[in-house]
Amino acid sequence: MPHADPKGVLTGVHFMDGDHAACEGALAAGARFAAGYPITPSTEIVERFAARIPTVGGVFIQMEDELAASIAIAGAVWAGAKAFTVTSGPGFSLMMEHIGFAAMTETPCVFMNVQRGGPSTGLPTLPAQADMMQARWGSHGDYEIIALSPNSPQECFDLAIRAFNLAEEFRVPVMLMMDECVGHMTEKVIIPPAEQIEIHPRRHTRLPPGEYKPFAPGPDLVPEMVHAGEGYRFHITGLTHDERGYPSMTAAAQDRLVKRLKAKITRAADRLACYEADGIEDAEVVVVSYGITSRVAQRAVEMARARGAKVGRLRLITVWPFPTRQLRALAPHIKAFVVPELNLGQIVLEVERAAAGQADTISVPHAGGGVHDPQQILDAIMEVLK
Amino acid sequence: MNGGTREPAELGPRPEAELPPEACECAPENPVEQFLRTDRMPHIWCPGCGIGTTVNSFARALLEAKVDLDRVAVVSGIGCTGRVAGYVRLDSFHTTHGRAVPFATGLKLANPNLTVVVYSGDGDLFAIGGNHIIHAARRNLDLKVICVNNFVYGMTGGQVAPTTPVGAATTTTPYGCFEPAFNLPALMDASGAVYVARWTSFHVRQLTRSMVDIFRKKGFCFIEVITPCPTLFQRKNRMGEGLDALKYYKEKSKVRHGAPTSEVALTLDGDIIVGKFVDRERPEFMDLMRSQLAAQLGERYVEVEHLVCS
Repeated sequence: MPHADPKGVLTGVHFMDGDHAACEGALAAGARFAAGYPITPSTEIVERFAARIPTVGGVFIQMEDELAASIAIAGAVWAGAKAFTVTSGPGFSLMMEHIGFAAMTETPCVFMNVQRGGPSTGLPTLPAQADMMQARWGSHGDYEIIALSPNSPQECFDLAIRAFNLAEEFRVPVMLMMDECVGHMTEKVIIPPAEQIEIHPRRHTRLPPGEYKPFAPGPDLVPEMVHAGEGYRFHITGLTHDERGYPSMTAAAQDRLVKRLKAKITRAADRLACYEADGIEDAEVVVVSYGITSRVAQRAVEMARARGAKVGRLRLITVWPFPTRQLRALAPHIKAFVVPELNLGQIVLEVERAAAGQADTISVPHAGGGVHDPQQILDAIMEVLK
Repeated sequence: MNGGTREPAELGPRPEAELPPEACECAPENPVEQFLRTDRMPHIWCPGCGIGTTVNSFARALLEAKVDLDRVAVVSGIGCTGRVAGYVRLDSFHTTHGRAVPFATGLKLANPNLTVVVYSGDGDLFAIGGNHIIHAARRNLDLKVICVNNFVYGMTGGQVAPTTPVGAATTTTPYGCFEPAFNLPALMDASGAVYVARWTSFHVRQLTRSMVDIFRKKGFCFIEVITPCPTLFQRKNRMGEGLDALKYYKEKSKVRHGAPTSEVALTLDGDIIVGKFVDRERPEFMDLMRSQLAAQLGERYVEVEHLVCS
């Protein structure tokens, strides 16, 4: 893979928050266009982009709402840019239609969501992880997306780059699912030299106009792209379409297209699966967590181990597609999965589905507005082992 | 391609001698055919619909303005006019309902070398998309907006629109529309558009000329085209067929270039004031952006024309 353009890479050791680190990750990944609308607690990402991008070479525009921001990025992508938008809570709800549009038109782009408490206006300044199912299912119809969950400012940087690379590789909208704690937490962030950052290039066709078909898939089911202004005279529509990109209102065309949009992601699920495992080999209980909750869970696991409990820790980095196969393989060897999250039980449903009855699944819900007390997670672990 | 309407040139006010040779039946090929995805014909528009007529003018304007067709992008929303993007043999984007303008905004900002045309209907641009179009006009982004106004939601079966005249029957105002309608030229004028014109699908020559104007003008340009919807609006309101609508437009239209846009509101049976109402200069969005950033950042400002990734 080619390397990052040094113009966008702020190489060095920094002390910065997760929002700023996510912005630097986007710049390092080659994002040169962002459209946004102010919303707490994500605004710092676009504020930094607005300050930085004129010195890197690109455009930021604050749009009139999140609907506009989330489709302006699609326009920029079809003109040739790498582009992203950033939001939280109510703004994410407004972006749902264009997550579906990006999935349907196979527009590579990144949506960053710094999660806050909901529903509705909820808790604008306080954390939650309650948009995890919305990220996967929020737009209408059948489609797949990829979602990544960082648990530190360093990972906000690293996963922002990965989000752009996966968006380009699979031509799919990728969600960077942060939370208010991770977004506003300030820690050391190491930004490597540009030549150490791999960048997935746009999958631009080499075929000339006339031979090129916008939605003819390659062996990995992903078609190649062109950009406006290159003489291809191509057509893009959110309607069900054929390989030429022309609307095709038949069940057969729907079957062909929608199944491919799903399969291009699910077929790569093993390769996309990314998690951090610790002490799961001989564990009786495995705590599954992601984002800020994984840091609280780590404390709870240490407390349990100090009491002699055999407890493993599995931190999801890729949340969607869910690593079902990997958790299912683990289930027969343990008593239970314990799943703390800052919602009333979302990803726990996926864990339960993966466990398929071979291990218990214990939810440790939290309505948001803060993080768990490690004792709550410890109690759940010890209850299983009683 | 006129969806059953007469060849518009036949109905125009010009004398026979000025008809282009292609209007003759013996002409070997329609000169606008090169602009169409003929492999997508027949189109979905009803007999008597005016949308195809506007596309004919659009194609002729592209020819006349000598626009580089490889650098034109057409962006549509959803609705009958939203289908224009699918029929023109150009880079074309059929986006989501109401969001053609913000999509076009991203497209234009990332590649300012493109001529970006937003081609959509009154409901798409001014109801669901109303917020976006006023802001694009305010910014004076270099977009060419063609709004086909048939006073009704056609694709969904004839519901009331923000342009439906008071008194008109639609399927969701079965006892007559009582909501005041938008005066689109006034709204666009007030929002900051640098070019505002209105024609009807009877005025094919004038419409073509206005389209040529906006291809040559920088900034946010807006053309409203009044068109018949014989299947829904005309039928519901006993206004006859498409041809009757054109006769009506001919009879009721008054050309008043430079008319104050506050005086051009439409009513169900009143005069239709047409013409070029606004043609002024305002700094364009990207020029403003560049001069501001260059002034503030000096040599640190990195100006990039086309944001194309590797």
